[in-house]
Amino acid sequence: MNRKSIVLGTVVAVVVAFLAGVVVFTSRSNQEVKQAVQTNSDALVRPHSPIFGNPTAKVTIVEFLDPSCETCRAFYPIVKRMVNASFGQVRLVVRYAPLHQGSDTAIRILEAARQQGKYWEALERAMATQPQWAAHDRPQPELIWELIADIGLDMAQAKADASGPGVDQLLRQDVADMQALKVDRTPGFFVNGTPLRDFGEAQLRALVEQKLKGANGT
Amino acid sequence: MSAEPSSLPANRRMREAAWTALFLAWLVALLATAGALFLGEVMGKSPCVLCWYQRIAMFPLVAILGVGLLTSDNHSARYAAPLAWAGWAIALYHCLIFWGVVAEGLVPCGKGSSCADADVQVAGVVPIPLLSLVAFTGIVVALWVARRGARA
Repeated sequence: MNRKSIVLGTVVAVVVAFLAGVVVFTSRSNQEVKQAVQTNSDALVRPHSPIFGNPTAKVTIVEFLDPSCETCRAFYPIVKRMVNASFGQVRLVVRYAPLHQGSDTAIRILEAARQQGKYWEALERAMATQPQWAAHDRPQPELIWELIADIGLDMAQAKADASGPGVDQLLRQDVADMQALKVDRTPGFFVNGTPLRDFGEAQLRALVEQKLKGANGT
Repeated sequence: MSAEPSSLPANRRMREAAWTALFLAWLVALLATAGALFLGEVMGKSPCVLCWYQRIAMFPLVAILGVGLLTSDNHSARYAAPLAWAGWAIALYHCLIFWGVVAEGLVPCGKGSSCADADVQVAGVVPIPLLSLVAFTGIVVALWVARRGARA
C-alpha cells in the first residue's frame, strides 16, 4: 500500500466510524426519550398549562418553551398558524423550559398576565420584543413589565401575582416535567406524546399531519 | 548533504520513520477532531471556552499534517509544532482547573458551559481535558520524532 492510500483509507475509516456512531447514538437516545415519555405520560400536560386552540382537539402539540429562546420566538407564529388553520383539530399546550438566565422571571410575568386573562397578548408581546430584554449575556426580563404596559393589566396586582405561590408551584412542576421528559433544548415539541426528535418546521408539520391522519382513522 | 552513497539507505530509513511519526501525529489529531465533533454535535455537549481554544489548535493539525503526508513533506512537522504546543498548554491549564489546582474564577467561563463542570467527562470517568492533554502530548512527541528524522 502506498502512502496516499494509507492516508485516504484512514480518513474513510474514521468518517465511516463517525457516521456509525451517529446512527447508534441517535437511535439509542431516541429510544431513551420514547421510554421517558411512556413512563411519564402524565408529565406532558398538566391542568395548569395554558392551552391555545380548541381544548378538545384530537391532536395536541405540547411545546416546552423558553421565552428567552430565539428559536421559540421563530416557531411561535408557525405553531400558531398550524393551530388556527386546523379547524379545531389541533391545540397547543404551553409548558415552560426556563433554560436561560432570566427566563423564570419572564415566565412569572406571563403567568401574572394570565391570571388577568391577558396571557396570549403578553406572550406575543414578550416574543416580539425578545431582542430588547433577552440578551443571553445580560438578560433584563423586568423590562417586560414596561413592554406590556398597554395591554390593560392591573399592574400592582400582576406584580404581586408574579411572585405568588401559584406561579412558584407551576414553575417547579414544569421544570420537573421537563427533566422527566428529557427536554434539554427549546423548543421541545411532543405531538400526541411523540417527541419531535428530528427538529425542524417541516418535520413538525409532518408529525402533526401523521397524528391527524391517525386520529381521523384514515 | 547526503552526497556519499553509503549514507543513503540510512537517510531513507530516517525519512520513513519521520513519515510514520507524522502519520501517527495526524492520526491522533484526526481521532481527536472526530471525537470532539461527536461530543459537541452529536451528543450535544456544548464546548466551554477552553475547549474551543483547544479545538482551534487541534482541528488545523488534521489539514496541515494531512497535506504533509500526502505530499511526503516532512517539514509539515515544523508548521504543526506551534499549534500542538499551544493546544498542549491550554489542555494542561484546563486539566489543572478541572482538578481544582487552579481556581476557575480566573477564566472567563461565566457564560455557556463551565470548564470545571463534572459534565466534561466521557462515560462518566475520563475527563475530556485529560483526553485532550494525552492527545496533544502524543502529537508533540510524534512531531519531535518526525523533526529528528526530517533533519537527517
